[in-house]
Amino acid sequence: MKPSAFAYARPKTLDEAIGLLAASGGEAKAIAGGQSLMPMLAFRLSTPKLLVDIGRIPDLDRIDVDESGVHLGALVRWRDIERDPNLPEAHPLLVAAVHHIAHYQIRNRGTIGGSLAHADPAAELAGIAVTCEAEITAVGRAGRRKIKAADFFTGPLMTALEPDELIVELRLPHWSSSRRWAFEEFSRRRGDFALAGVALFYEVDFGGRIRDPHVGAFGIGDRPRRLRDIESLIVGREVGEALVREVGALAARSVDPDDDIHAPGEYRRALLGVLTERALARSADFSRKTSA
Amino acid sequence: MIEGVNTRFRVNGKAVALNVEPRLTLADCLRYELKLTGTHIGCEHGVCGACTVLVDGEAVRSCLILAAQADGMDIVTVEGLPGAKIDELGPLQSEFRKHHALQCGFCTPGILITAHALLSEEPDADADRIRDVLSGNLCRCTGYVTIVEAVLAAREAYRR
Repeated sequence: MKPSAFAYARPKTLDEAIGLLAASGGEAKAIAGGQSLMPMLAFRLSTPKLLVDIGRIPDLDRIDVDESGVHLGALVRWRDIERDPNLPEAHPLLVAAVHHIAHYQIRNRGTIGGSLAHADPAAELAGIAVTCEAEITAVGRAGRRKIKAADFFTGPLMTALEPDELIVELRLPHWSSSRRWAFEEFSRRRGDFALAGVALFYEVDFGGRIRDPHVGAFGIGDRPRRLRDIESLIVGREVGEALVREVGALAARSVDPDDDIHAPGEYRRALLGVLTERALARSADFSRKTSA
Repeated sequence: MIEGVNTRFRVNGKAVALNVEPRLTLADCLRYELKLTGTHIGCEHGVCGACTVLVDGEAVRSCLILAAQADGMDIVTVEGLPGAKIDELGPLQSEFRKHHALQCGFCTPGILITAHALLSEEPDADADRIRDVLSGNLCRCTGYVTIVEAVLAAREAYRR
């Protein structure tokens, strides 16, 4: 289908963009890469009166790594993450997750800010953000504020952003190179939306026991979430076959996804169990490889 | 009344200046305003890849970018692939013919553009990488085996 009619503006500065959003009384939408918004417009699921093209606002496409973590500007594209020379070391989990996002052509234009603002419950980046306790910086008329990822996603395609606010940055806290980690997702075809996915990381103490575990799931409900039950189960334990099986059973019990056209809830639950088992097993494999 | 947007970009090396309706996608602009009907429109929501064009050298879905957003950019469509004049096929197109990598041809322009972008950047891409990248282009009749063979065979021309 063709989108319904809208006006188009391409502001040169962030202030100008916020002014346009604020003046529209909630009738405007920001567009950057457009890889989530354009399909919404084509289906007329979204019918804004004005599109504010923020794609050329300067300085929002930076990738910076410092002691506080990885800073991704809102206009950073998946392509930029894939090709950044520092990120494989600075945040391997992010790089692994991006590999699962959509297709080549979409990754060439899709932006991290657009993905966060779209808030698809199956989105990989949202899953990573919640798992890593990331922080989203938004700017609006009232100024700049930082929103924890856990508070940012409020429901399917819903966020804590005000209508006049724009995401300017995602900060993933500093990644310690001693972490064990894994990212697992399942989709029917390469590049499709995940039917379920899991990201996890933890440290290991001198006795081989898990310390500071972070486990998050996406595609299994109205928004991504931490699996606190799993974290409590694995903390202080050693990764072995028994723990892997326990984790799978508990993961399947700890979520309650609805049935939808893609899969019955029961299926997604079972899938999350299997993916969590695989992720924990794989995280231990990584450790063997790095210590060898 | 919604105002048109004055938009200038290059298509296949030629400068164009248009006043476009804001909701006009680049795909529709290429086909209906510029009569470049080599770019095919399949799904109109970013799933099938038939409308893939190069924007500043990168393969993107032209149904997911507004014509107004393409202002100042450099667009290449299947008509502008190197060597692609009437009776003169470029290396990818020759290999597609040789390997029978198309039947109905609907998806072919998008696949050619995608493969061209890939080989321009990664002339040594292996079969796995080619399959990964072509997963963004749906073909419903030929099957991918001959398509992948054709792209593999065309790599030689991109290494020079």
